[in-house]
Amino acid sequence: MTKKAKVFRPTAFAFPYLAVTLVFVIVPLILVLVYAFRGADGGFTLQNFRQVFTEPESLRQLGKTVGIAALSTAICLVIAYTVAFVLASQPFNKMAILALLFVIPMWINFMLRIFALQSLLSVIGIGKGFAAVIIGMVYDFFPYMLLPIYTVLVNMDKSYVEASRDLGANPVQTFFKVTLPLSLPGVISGVSMMFMPIFSSYAITKTMGNMNTTVIGAAIASLFENVNYGDYGYGSALSFVLLLIVLLVMFLGNLLSRRVTKAPKGGKA
Amino acid sequence: MNLIEKVKGLFAGKKAAAEAPAFSSSQKKSENIIEIKGITKVFDGVTVLDDLSLGIKRGQFVTLLGPSGCGKTTLLRLIAGFETPTEGEIYIEGVPITSIPPFKRPVNTVFQKYALFPHLNVFKNVAFGLKLRKIADPTAKKGYRKFTSEEIEKKVNRALKLVGLEDYGHRDVNSLSGGQQQRVAIARAIVCEPKVLLLDEPLGALDLKMRKEMQIELKKMHEDLGITFIFVTHDQEEALTMSDMVVVMNDGIIQQIDRPKKIYDEPKNAFVADFIGESNLLSGVMEKDYSIAFLGKTLPCVDKGFEKNEKVDVVIRPEDIVIKEGAGKGHFDGKVLTTVFKGTYYEMIVLASDYEFTVQSQIEYRPGAEVSLEIVPDSIHIMKKILTINKYIGSVTDEGVVSFCGGDFSIPTDGFETGDEVIVYVPFDAVELTDDESDGVICASVTQSIYKGTYYQVQVYTDTDEDFYIDTADEWDMDDRVGIRIDGAKVRLEKYLPEADEEAAE
Repeated sequence: MTKKAKVFRPTAFAFPYLAVTLVFVIVPLILVLVYAFRGADGGFTLQNFRQVFTEPESLRQLGKTVGIAALSTAICLVIAYTVAFVLASQPFNKMAILALLFVIPMWINFMLRIFALQSLLSVIGIGKGFAAVIIGMVYDFFPYMLLPIYTVLVNMDKSYVEASRDLGANPVQTFFKVTLPLSLPGVISGVSMMFMPIFSSYAITKTMGNMNTTVIGAAIASLFENVNYGDYGYGSALSFVLLLIVLLVMFLGNLLSRRVTKAPKGGKA
Repeated sequence: MNLIEKVKGLFAGKKAAAEAPAFSSSQKKSENIIEIKGITKVFDGVTVLDDLSLGIKRGQFVTLLGPSGCGKTTLLRLIAGFETPTEGEIYIEGVPITSIPPFKRPVNTVFQKYALFPHLNVFKNVAFGLKLRKIADPTAKKGYRKFTSEEIEKKVNRALKLVGLEDYGHRDVNSLSGGQQQRVAIARAIVCEPKVLLLDEPLGALDLKMRKEMQIELKKMHEDLGITFIFVTHDQEEALTMSDMVVVMNDGIIQQIDRPKKIYDEPKNAFVADFIGESNLLSGVMEKDYSIAFLGKTLPCVDKGFEKNEKVDVVIRPEDIVIKEGAGKGHFDGKVLTTVFKGTYYEMIVLASDYEFTVQSQIEYRPGAEVSLEIVPDSIHIMKKILTINKYIGSVTDEGVVSFCGGDFSIPTDGFETGDEVIVYVPFDAVELTDDESDGVICASVTQSIYKGTYYQVQVYTDTDEDFYIDTADEWDMDDRVGIRIDGAKVRLEKYLPEADEEAAE
């Protein structure tokens, strides 16, 4: 072995990605932190955070964001679980094409989809506003919720359901005592794939909503975009709080899924 | 054992109250707890069980034994309620159950891969069935109540004690070894106090030592609980060790139902003899009562009642053959080909009269040694041949051409007109298999190949769903694709009268 051969280790392929991450993720994050703690005079301050927690408008927007995200995630979960359950059950589970049908909308441009849905909704009399936002969220994130749940259900060992029926559980009891608990990993990953993006995205609320549905993401955007009223410090503090909330949700989700899945099935002592 | 007495009492006393009313009110106390009548099951056009009938006696340990794909697991799943029969009915204590969903049947199953709920610990797994159970209670508002948590705890602990896992209640099922998971699965099933316990190859995933231990424990549990066990396995040794009654199955049909000893000593046909234990399987002719001819010799035997010169199958168990050093001391002179030490005996292949006898003996004879084989009348088992000729329905399509099984064969058609429907009798030795599919008139795959002493009896399954039996000098591998040719001169034709021959029409 020559020395030259040693230099080109497989890990070298990770360096470009590392560089990109550093420049476009880590550095901006540090900038956000810096701006959040920097006052108008350029010195250290906690004023921006004080503003986040005292300004009624921002608190209301934060609450609204949580509300919209939670409600649309809940509605989407119920619909997606039902569809996944049907698709994963007897006559349909051999037709993977059906599941694909539900995923196809993902291939169409996001904004195009939103505009199309909005015009459709206005035709049937649902104007811009809260209901339209929720429908838009549910519609848009449906495949992300469906796929993980469907994957778990279709791969679930059928003998669990049979064992449950064998032990005296009727179909409803079997669902709540066996199928649902065993499919929780899929539910958790579906929820986190929907809840967290909704939290920071504002394209849907901007397109489908009105003045009353302004979410925190939109508020932050306007703080950075608006040349006259822009406030980098306040916007950065808001972003930082949002980031903390998302991290907290992720942490709780991981904790829950670890408790549910425990060891891989078939593991032996 | 005190504990076992207690458990026995538990299972005997509360059974009546705990069961669904339909089963406890049944007055029929026939000897058979399960009665299977004319069950046929077809999956996607493939007949897995074919008009099968079987009675299972109360309290017995019954084993369904057969090669994979013989329909044994399907039969078990029909009893459990996971499948519904295409035709036929199953009765438990006289009550027809095919329309009753599994959760209302008085049976419980131990699954092949245990199917323990991974999200519940050992205790909760075992308690699963008890928590759902409704027990008759006239004092309660609705006429029934659920078990209290104290009752559940008592029963679960008792069941765990029975399987030797007393202190494992809090354990995660995934942290248990295969054998322990197996025990939990058994505890989970028996705690529900079923009338019949169904076991679907429950020992298949265990290593040999563990399997032997569990065999003994299961047998003991069966004796202690006194309930009926139906056990599915493809392991003939396991079946013979554990069962009161063995049901040997093949191709969705019961081949033989008997006690283990009888299955081994008196196999009903060539399939059973070949499947159960090592055996020398030959083709012979019953010259008269107590006299059998095979491999060119006529030997005395203990069987009678066959037709004069009837072709029969002959089974001789390897341990029943007496092997002696030197030629001329027995019925057959031969030469040892191979010797293998099997722990407590030597197994030798001895070539005699062009047949490779498998012989077991305490004394070792080296390969190449000249030996004689003595076969006493008692050790010769004679079985009726199931089929002696292939029979098909066909039609004469041209002079000298008969069409059947999806092919046109050249067969002399003297005395028949073109367009006549005929029954075609094809002797086993009139069929020729060809290596190359395209050399044959029709194509088939090999499903069975049994050595019969001087030739192989091969069973093939044609692409038109017909069975062909062939006597051939060559051995054919399972699932080989072959072509079929027929020697027209040996085939016999008969005019086909539809109403006269329903069997052939199948």
